[in-house]
Amino acid sequence: MITQDAYPPHPEQDQSPYYTELYRSSMVRAPKRQLYALPRTLTELTGPAFGHNALGEGENDLWEMAPGRRAQGSPINLHGRILDGSGRPIANTLVEIWQANAGGRYTHAQDTRDVPRDPNFNGYGRAVTDSQGRYFFRTIIPGAYPVPNTGNWWRPPHIHFSLYGNSFMQRLITQMYFPGDPLNELDRILCSIPSPKARDRLVARRAPEAGELEYILGYEFDIVLRGRDETPMVD
Amino acid sequence: MSMQSQSAWETLGPFMDHALIREGDDDLTRFTPDAPQAEGQVIEITGRILYEGGTPQREGLVELWQADSKGIYNHGEDPRAGEADRNFFGFGRTLTSPEGAFRFLTVKPGPVPGAGNTWQAPHINVSIMAQGLMKRLVTRIYFADEPENASDPLLNSIPEPDVRATLMARPMGGNPPRYHIDIVTRGEGETAFFVD
Repeated sequence: MITQDAYPPHPEQDQSPYYTELYRSSMVRAPKRQLYALPRTLTELTGPAFGHNALGEGENDLWEMAPGRRAQGSPINLHGRILDGSGRPIANTLVEIWQANAGGRYTHAQDTRDVPRDPNFNGYGRAVTDSQGRYFFRTIIPGAYPVPNTGNWWRPPHIHFSLYGNSFMQRLITQMYFPGDPLNELDRILCSIPSPKARDRLVARRAPEAGELEYILGYEFDIVLRGRDETPMVD
Repeated sequence: MSMQSQSAWETLGPFMDHALIREGDDDLTRFTPDAPQAEGQVIEITGRILYEGGTPQREGLVELWQADSKGIYNHGEDPRAGEADRNFFGFGRTLTSPEGAFRFLTVKPGPVPGAGNTWQAPHINVSIMAQGLMKRLVTRIYFADEPENASDPLLNSIPEPDVRATLMARPMGGNPPRYHIDIVTRGEGETAFFVD
């Protein structure tokens, strides 16, 4: 049954505001006018279903793009679960990631930093969650990089995530950070999220049980998508 | 029942084209170039994403989500899903050009029920993400030449006529018929956006 209470709004302290003086690029893009309420019609309650036929072989392996072609840097097994706010798994949903190489350079024509490109690294991958909502990637730890024209702001190592979930309302793009990195607490993008708990949830957990072969580290990163019928807890 | 809120949105960042965009992602009329075409009137939708001062947003991620030509979603939430057009995915995405321009090929969506016994005018839900947008912006595209706009519940919830007008894609003629809409995230001519 369609209810206008479905997908309650995000608690404000758990999301960045559109306008933040921490990040100048936001100041010319954030809407000035107050936002209108979005109804919960079928358009909002439905969404694209990508499924397993969206994937090619090996699309979740960013470390070894082809036999004998391994990226530079520290390889990691990165896994986690996509859940809703009640802890229910979101199965069969598409997870897309992208990131810089070990030196902190993206495989993109516009990234012209004087840092070597890695010919064995494309920097993006896709996976689909299983029936437990679990995804798996093998990749490398990205390097940090300085943001131009900001006076020594370095982005910490981070991996971008894109998720669709089960409906238009569950769409999410976010970033994952690494535990203990000293640049995290100085990062203006991460720090624009008001709630410390909400920031902490974007930091992966070291998962020694997921490591292998003496040199592949394990990390775990769960992502919570919006629940349809839930009132989010205010911390 | 109360529990954890959604993991926070973070900005798109600058360097993601290969990651998210595959060929044909901007053509909603077919799943793949050799797949059968979806039913209905094929239309082209063009536009630009602009920010303060009318500055073009380059490499903005624009995503569309819409019903098929009969107004049906191929999804478990839609009671009419059994009649959905199996050749229509309903979703497209693209990146804006250096001039901030985007372009999609799709079919005109049919009417979708609204709350109560209302019907919505043909519309497309839009998500916009870009470096400098801390989370997505949500808006809708309506079609300026649709008489049903007058009774659309969401349009009627916006009191100001000039703000309602920012959601209207203008018919430009052509074959297939083209509709154009500029989406302004901030400043003069700012588009109506909706709480995510």
